[in-house]
Amino acid sequence: MTDVSKTPRPRPKSPHLVTGGLGSPLLWRWHITMWTSILHRATGVALYVGALIAAAWAIALAQGPDQYAQFKSVLGSWPGKVVMFGLTLSAFYHLANGVRHLVWDTGHGLEVKSANASAVVVFAFAAAATLAIWAIASQTGAL
Amino acid sequence: MVSYRTPLGRARGLGSAKHGAGHWVSERVTAIALVPLTVWAVYGVLRLAAGDYGLAVHWIQDPLNATLAVITLAISFWHMHAGMRVIVEDYIHKALTKTTILLINLFVCGLMGALAIVSILKVALGAGVLGGA
Repeated sequence: MTDVSKTPRPRPKSPHLVTGGLGSPLLWRWHITMWTSILHRATGVALYVGALIAAAWAIALAQGPDQYAQFKSVLGSWPGKVVMFGLTLSAFYHLANGVRHLVWDTGHGLEVKSANASAVVVFAFAAAATLAIWAIASQTGAL
Repeated sequence: MVSYRTPLGRARGLGSAKHGAGHWVSERVTAIALVPLTVWAVYGVLRLAAGDYGLAVHWIQDPLNATLAVITLAISFWHMHAGMRVIVEDYIHKALTKTTILLINLFVCGLMGALAIVSILKVALGAGVLGGA
Protein backbone atom coordinates (compact mmCIF):
# COMPACT_ATOMS: atom_id res chain seq x y z
CA MET A 1 0.00 0.00 0.00
CA THR A 2 1.17 3.51 -0.70
CA ASP A 3 1.67 5.91 2.16
CA VAL A 4 -1.14 8.41 1.67
CA SER A 5 0.22 10.75 4.34
CA LYS A 6 3.11 11.72 2.04
CA THR A 7 2.51 14.30 -0.66
CA PRO A 8 1.88 12.47 -3.89
CA ARG A 9 4.54 12.35 -6.57
CA PRO A 10 3.94 15.03 -9.24
CA ARG A 11 1.92 13.73 -12.11
CA PRO A 12 3.97 12.84 -15.21
CA LYS A 13 3.96 15.56 -17.81
CA SER A 14 3.17 15.20 -21.46
CA PRO A 15 6.09 15.99 -23.77
CA HIS A 16 5.44 19.66 -24.42
CA LEU A 17 8.59 21.76 -24.69
CA VAL A 18 8.13 24.64 -22.27
CA THR A 19 7.81 24.38 -18.47
CA GLY A 20 6.53 27.88 -17.96
CA GLY A 21 8.66 27.86 -14.79
CA LEU A 22 11.45 30.20 -13.78
CA GLY A 23 14.24 27.66 -14.18
CA SER A 24 15.15 26.15 -17.51
CA PRO A 25 12.42 27.11 -19.95
CA LEU A 26 12.74 23.69 -21.58
CA LEU A 27 11.07 20.73 -19.94
CA TRP A 28 13.27 18.28 -21.80
CA ARG A 29 17.00 18.08 -22.28
CA TRP A 30 17.84 18.50 -25.95
CA HIS A 31 18.71 15.18 -27.49
CA ILE A 32 19.92 14.12 -30.91
CA THR A 33 16.79 12.07 -31.58
CA MET A 34 14.66 15.16 -30.90
CA TRP A 35 16.63 16.97 -33.58
CA THR A 36 16.19 14.16 -36.10
CA SER A 37 12.44 14.11 -35.46
CA ILE A 38 11.96 17.88 -35.72
CA LEU A 39 14.24 18.13 -38.76
CA HIS A 40 12.34 15.35 -40.53
CA ARG A 41 9.24 17.53 -40.47
CA ALA A 42 11.13 20.74 -41.23
CA THR A 43 12.88 19.21 -44.25
CA GLY A 44 9.56 17.68 -45.32
CA VAL A 45 8.05 21.17 -45.42
CA ALA A 46 11.13 22.46 -47.29
CA LEU A 47 10.74 19.66 -49.85
CA TYR A 48 7.07 20.61 -50.23
CA VAL A 49 8.35 23.94 -51.54
CA GLY A 50 10.97 22.03 -53.54
CA ALA A 51 8.27 19.97 -55.26
CA LEU A 52 6.47 23.20 -56.19
CA ILE A 53 9.76 24.43 -57.71
CA ALA A 54 9.98 21.14 -59.64
CA ALA A 55 6.43 21.73 -60.88
CA ALA A 56 7.44 25.27 -61.92
CA TRP A 57 10.33 23.71 -63.85
CA ALA A 58 7.95 21.43 -65.77
CA ILE A 59 5.54 24.30 -66.46
CA ALA A 60 8.38 26.54 -67.68
CA LEU A 61 9.61 23.73 -69.94
CA ALA A 62 6.15 23.38 -71.48
CA GLN A 63 5.88 27.15 -71.99
CA GLY A 64 8.96 27.37 -74.20
CA PRO A 65 12.61 28.41 -74.46
CA ASP A 66 12.19 31.96 -73.11
CA GLN A 67 10.29 30.94 -69.99
CA TYR A 68 12.69 28.04 -69.47
CA ALA A 69 15.73 30.32 -69.71
CA GLN A 70 14.07 32.72 -67.26
CA PHE A 71 13.38 29.87 -64.82
CA LYS A 72 16.99 28.69 -65.08
CA SER A 73 18.36 32.18 -64.50
CA VAL A 74 16.26 32.52 -61.31
CA LEU A 75 17.51 29.16 -59.97
CA GLY A 76 21.06 29.97 -61.13
CA SER A 77 21.17 33.26 -59.22
CA TRP A 78 22.81 33.38 -55.81
CA PRO A 79 19.54 33.23 -53.84
CA GLY A 80 18.45 30.43 -56.19
CA LYS A 81 21.63 28.48 -55.50
CA VAL A 82 21.20 28.92 -51.75
CA VAL A 83 17.66 27.53 -52.06
CA MET A 84 18.88 24.62 -54.20
CA PHE A 85 21.67 23.85 -51.72
CA GLY A 86 19.12 23.82 -48.89
CA LEU A 87 16.87 21.55 -50.94
CA THR A 88 19.75 19.15 -51.67
CA LEU A 89 20.50 18.95 -47.94
CA SER A 90 16.80 18.55 -47.14
CA ALA A 91 16.35 15.84 -49.77
CA PHE A 92 19.29 13.74 -48.56
CA TYR A 93 18.38 14.25 -44.91
CA HIS A 94 14.72 13.36 -45.44
CA LEU A 95 15.75 10.40 -47.61
CA ALA A 96 18.18 8.97 -45.02
CA ASN A 97 15.94 9.66 -42.04
CA GLY A 98 12.98 8.26 -43.99
CA VAL A 99 14.89 5.00 -44.48
CA ARG A 100 15.66 5.10 -40.74
CA HIS A 101 11.92 5.36 -40.07
CA LEU A 102 11.22 2.47 -42.45
CA VAL A 103 13.76 0.33 -40.56
CA TRP A 104 12.03 1.27 -37.29
CA ASP A 105 8.73 0.16 -38.83
CA THR A 106 10.15 -3.35 -39.08
CA GLY A 107 10.80 -3.24 -35.32
CA HIS A 108 14.57 -2.93 -35.58
CA GLY A 109 16.93 -0.25 -34.27
CA LEU A 110 14.52 1.18 -31.72
CA GLU A 111 16.87 0.88 -28.72
CA VAL A 112 18.18 4.23 -27.44
CA LYS A 113 21.77 3.34 -28.40
CA SER A 114 20.83 2.30 -31.95
CA ALA A 115 18.53 5.30 -32.44
CA ASN A 116 21.32 7.67 -31.36
CA ALA A 117 23.85 5.95 -33.61
CA SER A 118 21.54 5.97 -36.66
CA ALA A 119 20.85 9.67 -36.03
CA VAL A 120 24.57 10.40 -36.37
CA VAL A 121 24.70 8.26 -39.53
CA VAL A 122 21.77 10.21 -41.01
CA PHE A 123 23.43 13.59 -40.33
CA ALA A 124 26.75 12.37 -41.72
CA PHE A 125 25.11 10.94 -44.86
CA ALA A 126 23.11 14.12 -45.53
CA ALA A 127 26.20 16.32 -45.22
CA ALA A 128 28.47 14.01 -47.24
CA ALA A 129 25.94 13.37 -50.04
CA THR A 130 25.12 17.08 -50.35
CA LEU A 131 28.78 18.07 -50.58
CA ALA A 132 29.43 15.26 -53.08
CA ILE A 133 26.55 16.31 -55.35
CA TRP A 134 27.63 19.96 -55.27
CA ALA A 135 31.21 18.95 -55.99
CA ILE A 136 29.97 16.96 -59.01
CA ALA A 137 27.77 19.92 -60.04
CA SER A 138 30.77 22.26 -59.98
CA GLN A 139 32.73 19.80 -62.17
CA THR A 140 29.99 19.17 -64.72
CA GLY A 141 29.06 22.78 -65.36
CA ALA A 142 25.75 22.48 -63.53
CA LEU A 143 26.45 25.62 -61.49
CA MET B 1 -31.49 -9.96 -33.40
CA VAL B 2 -31.32 -9.47 -29.66
CA SER B 3 -27.86 -9.09 -28.20
CA TYR B 4 -27.11 -9.42 -24.51
CA ARG B 5 -23.62 -7.98 -24.81
CA THR B 6 -22.84 -4.68 -23.10
CA PRO B 7 -22.06 -1.71 -25.39
CA LEU B 8 -18.39 -1.94 -24.38
CA GLY B 9 -18.29 -5.66 -25.12
CA ARG B 10 -19.88 -5.06 -28.48
CA ALA B 11 -17.36 -2.33 -29.35
CA ARG B 12 -14.49 -4.63 -28.35
CA GLY B 13 -15.92 -7.42 -30.44
CA LEU B 14 -16.14 -5.15 -33.45
CA GLY B 15 -12.50 -4.17 -33.20
CA SER B 16 -11.24 -1.38 -35.39
CA ALA B 17 -12.94 -0.22 -38.55
CA LYS B 18 -10.23 -2.21 -40.38
CA HIS B 19 -9.25 0.72 -42.59
CA GLY B 20 -7.37 2.88 -40.07
CA ALA B 21 -4.02 1.64 -41.34
CA GLY B 22 -4.66 2.88 -44.88
CA HIS B 23 -3.04 6.29 -44.46
CA TRP B 24 -0.13 4.81 -42.54
CA VAL B 25 0.48 2.18 -45.22
CA SER B 26 0.23 4.66 -48.12
CA GLU B 27 2.82 6.92 -46.43
CA ARG B 28 5.23 3.97 -46.22
CA VAL B 29 4.55 2.65 -49.70
CA THR B 30 5.14 6.09 -51.26
CA ALA B 31 8.24 6.53 -49.08
CA ILE B 32 9.72 3.22 -50.28
CA ALA B 33 9.02 4.13 -53.92
CA LEU B 34 10.60 7.56 -53.44
CA VAL B 35 13.93 6.14 -52.22
CA PRO B 36 15.17 5.12 -55.72
CA LEU B 37 13.12 7.83 -57.45
CA THR B 38 14.77 10.60 -55.39
CA VAL B 39 18.23 9.30 -56.29
CA TRP B 40 17.19 9.30 -59.97
CA ALA B 41 15.70 12.82 -59.63
CA VAL B 42 18.95 14.19 -58.13
CA TYR B 43 20.81 12.71 -61.11
CA GLY B 44 18.27 14.26 -63.46
CA VAL B 45 18.58 17.71 -61.89
CA LEU B 46 22.38 17.46 -62.18
CA ARG B 47 22.06 16.66 -65.89
CA LEU B 48 19.46 19.34 -66.59
CA ALA B 49 21.24 22.06 -64.59
CA ALA B 50 24.25 21.68 -66.89
CA GLY B 51 22.17 22.07 -70.05
CA ASP B 52 19.83 24.46 -71.83
CA TYR B 53 16.22 24.24 -73.06
CA GLY B 54 17.15 22.00 -75.99
CA LEU B 55 18.80 19.45 -73.74
CA ALA B 56 15.85 19.49 -71.35
CA VAL B 57 13.39 18.81 -74.20
CA HIS B 58 15.62 16.07 -75.59
CA TRP B 59 15.99 14.56 -72.10
CA ILE B 60 12.29 14.54 -71.28
CA GLN B 61 11.42 13.05 -74.70
CA ASP B 62 13.27 9.91 -73.70
CA PRO B 63 10.35 7.61 -72.71
CA LEU B 64 12.20 6.33 -69.63
CA ASN B 65 12.91 9.85 -68.35
CA ALA B 66 9.35 11.01 -69.08
CA THR B 67 7.87 7.98 -67.30
CA LEU B 68 10.13 8.32 -64.27
CA ALA B 69 9.50 12.08 -64.09
CA VAL B 70 5.72 11.59 -64.15
CA ILE B 71 5.88 8.79 -61.57
CA THR B 72 8.25 10.76 -59.32
CA LEU B 73 6.00 13.84 -59.45
CA ALA B 74 2.80 11.87 -58.82
CA ILE B 75 4.22 9.94 -55.87
CA SER B 76 6.00 13.02 -54.45
CA PHE B 77 2.84 15.11 -54.49
CA TRP B 78 0.87 12.23 -52.96
CA HIS B 79 3.51 11.75 -50.24
CA MET B 80 3.88 15.45 -49.44
CA HIS B 81 0.11 15.87 -49.22
CA ALA B 82 0.04 13.06 -46.65
CA GLY B 83 2.98 14.52 -44.72
CA MET B 84 1.60 18.07 -44.62
CA ARG B 85 -1.78 16.68 -43.61
CA VAL B 86 -0.26 14.99 -40.56
CA ILE B 87 1.55 18.19 -39.58
CA VAL B 88 -1.64 20.26 -39.88
CA GLU B 89 -3.63 17.67 -37.90
CA ASP B 90 -0.98 17.72 -35.18
CA TYR B 91 -0.67 21.46 -34.71
CA ILE B 92 -3.93 23.09 -35.84
CA HIS B 93 -6.85 22.34 -33.56
CA LYS B 94 -9.50 24.89 -34.52
CA ALA B 95 -11.91 22.91 -36.70
CA LEU B 96 -12.58 25.53 -39.37
CA THR B 97 -8.93 26.63 -39.65
CA LYS B 98 -7.80 23.01 -39.83
CA THR B 99 -10.36 22.11 -42.49
CA THR B 100 -9.45 25.18 -44.54
CA ILE B 101 -5.71 24.43 -44.45
CA LEU B 102 -6.30 20.74 -45.23
CA LEU B 103 -8.39 21.72 -48.26
CA ILE B 104 -5.73 24.18 -49.44
CA ASN B 105 -3.12 21.43 -49.00
CA LEU B 106 -5.19 19.00 -51.04
CA PHE B 107 -5.97 21.50 -53.80
CA VAL B 108 -2.40 22.83 -54.06
CA CYS B 109 -0.98 19.29 -54.28
CA GLY B 110 -3.65 18.14 -56.72
CA LEU B 111 -3.46 21.18 -58.98
CA MET B 112 0.32 21.63 -59.04
CA GLY B 113 0.94 17.88 -59.37
CA ALA B 114 -1.48 17.60 -62.29
CA LEU B 115 -0.12 20.76 -63.91
CA ALA B 116 3.46 19.48 -63.66
CA ILE B 117 2.54 16.07 -65.10
CA VAL B 118 0.51 17.52 -67.98
CA SER B 119 3.38 19.91 -68.76
CA ILE B 120 5.85 17.02 -68.91
CA LEU B 121 3.53 14.94 -71.08
CA LYS B 122 3.02 17.90 -73.43
CA VAL B 123 6.77 18.21 -74.03
CA ALA B 124 7.45 14.47 -73.95
CA LEU B 125 4.70 13.62 -76.46
CA GLY B 126 5.25 16.68 -78.62
CA ALA B 127 7.83 14.83 -80.68
CA GLY B 128 8.91 16.64 -83.81
CA VAL B 129 8.17 20.15 -82.58
CA LEU B 130 11.52 20.66 -80.94
CA GLY B 131 12.56 17.04 -80.79
CA GLY B 132 15.61 17.62 -82.92
CA ALA B 133 17.09 20.04 -80.44
